[in-house]
This record gives sequence, structure tokens and C-alpha cells, in this order.
Amino acid sequence: MAEHEFPIDRTAILSFAAAIGETNPIYWDAAYAKATPLGDVLAPPTFGIASAHWNPDYGLRGPRRIPARRPAEPKAESPPRSGGGPNLTRVLHAEQRFEYKKPLQPGMKLTVSRRAGRTWEKEGKRGGKLHFAEEVTEYRDATGELVLVATSTSVITGKAVDQ
Amino acid sequence: MTAANPKCKASELRVGDARELVLVENLSRTQIVMYAGASGDFNPIHHDEVFATRAAGYPSVFAHGMLTMGMTARVLTDWLGDGVLTEYGVRFVKQVWPGDTLTAKGTVTVVGGDGAIELEVVTTNQAGEPVVTGRAKAQLPR
Repeated sequence: MAEHEFPIDRTAILSFAAAIGETNPIYWDAAYAKATPLGDVLAPPTFGIASAHWNPDYGLRGPRRIPARRPAEPKAESPPRSGGGPNLTRVLHAEQRFEYKKPLQPGMKLTVSRRAGRTWEKEGKRGGKLHFAEEVTEYRDATGELVLVATSTSVITGKAVDQ
Repeated sequence: MTAANPKCKASELRVGDARELVLVENLSRTQIVMYAGASGDFNPIHHDEVFATRAAGYPSVFAHGMLTMGMTARVLTDWLGDGVLTEYGVRFVKQVWPGDTLTAKGTVTVVGGDGAIELEVVTTNQAGEPVVTGRAKAQLPR
């Protein structure tokens, strides 16, 4: 199980809310948010995914060099891959689920832990053999309380998925 | 229940109540790139047209599934309020391409006496094809 930090700040929330086309002031307007029971700006429901910025092992981080990568740990049952890293042309996101325990707000210093979940295979209709893999991510605040649980299911396809 | 900013009460909702929201018209590559930057997902399949077409064999770049999931949540939060969701999950059933226009629909499936409600969500493209389907749970005042 790998852990990393995920500090929550208003600029990252603003940038994320803007990218998903939000207009709701709860995501950026501190004065508006202060007058609500939440008391401060809130992160959108899918913001937890942006913890990728702080994940040194994140496979889709492009040419970025920080945070520094950790030495790779051998995995017992990793799905088939071509070359060293993930095959970026064939990994698709199949499912995503979030369970919300506490509001995600600026100033929180979260600890994120990831663990592999179930894996399974399925014969695809048009994309060849499909390899599914689940990853469960837990987000805990500074007191150790659970804030968010994210479960992500990836699928590795045999060829480009037809439209 | 932790702090939240509900916009309606469970007692005001009935099973079958639904809301629709146009999430985006003519999705731009720029918005997809904004999402890459904000989320940290720099898979070139979402921003590099040459990679997406020549290396990966797709007709063009396409949106991150999580961009559509993020946009889709708006139909729930604009309706029900902020910080009220207790669960939200989707399946990515079809890719979303630049130029797509997406509409999300949320439908109430369960109204609990304790204020816990459940919904189905579906987001469709301009051809009426579902691109994302899912479920959500929310905790509202009774």
C-alpha cells in the first residue's frame, strides 16, 4: 500500500471547478461559502481524483518530475503491458465510484492511501480481450478520520475501442 | 450528518422526480486540456491529436471520462445542494469527443424517511446515446 499527502487549497479547487464548467459559487466564492452551513469553499464531488498531482507513482503524469518517483515495487499480478510503463493507448477508465464521509475543504491536509482491488477478465465485443483492475483509494484527514473513498476500475483493451 | 448546504428537503421529492441540465455545448479541446491540467491526468490520448490518431488509432483526442463524471455531478448538486452527496458512481459507456453536446438527467429512485435519497443519473450526447450512467445517494433534511 502506497501513501502520499494531498493538501487542499482554493486555487486547485478553482482550477478544477473551472475545468468541469462549474458556475456554483460554493467552489470559489469565499464570502458566499461563509454564509452557508459549510462555512468555507467546498471541493466538487470528483475533486479527489486531482490527488494524482501528489502521487509519485501516478502512471499518467506526463513529463513532470515532481514529486520524485519512488522505486518501482514488483507487482504479483499486474495486467499485461507493452514496454516498461502503462500502455497509454489501451488503458481506459471503465468505472468510478466515490463515497463521501466529510466535506472536502481548503486547509485540509489529507493522507491518501491506495491499494489494488479485484482484477478480472472479460471477452470484449469489439475491443478484444478486456482486463479489468480495481484500485481503492482512501483519503484521511489530519486526525485520521476518513473523508473520502474512491474506487476506480480500469480496463486494458486489446485494440482501440470502436465507436 | 456533517455540514452541508442542502437546496431541498427529502419530503419535497417523489420517486420519479427528474431534472435535466445541458452540461456543455460543442465541447472544446481547450476544455479537455483544462481538465488535464486540473486533474493531473496527462494521458496524451486526451490532448495530443497525433498520438491519439496515429499511435492509438482513435479518430481524434477524446475527453477524460472523469471530465464527464465531474460535469454530470452538476445536475445533482445544482438540484440537491452542496456537500449532500454520500455516494456517487458511474460507468463510462461511450467516449466523449470534441464537438459533443452533453445533457445530464438525474431521476429520484428512492426517498427514505430519514432523508436519505437515491438517484439514477445518465448523461447523453447530441445523438441521444448514453456516455455515462450511474447512481448517487444523498442525505437531505427530512
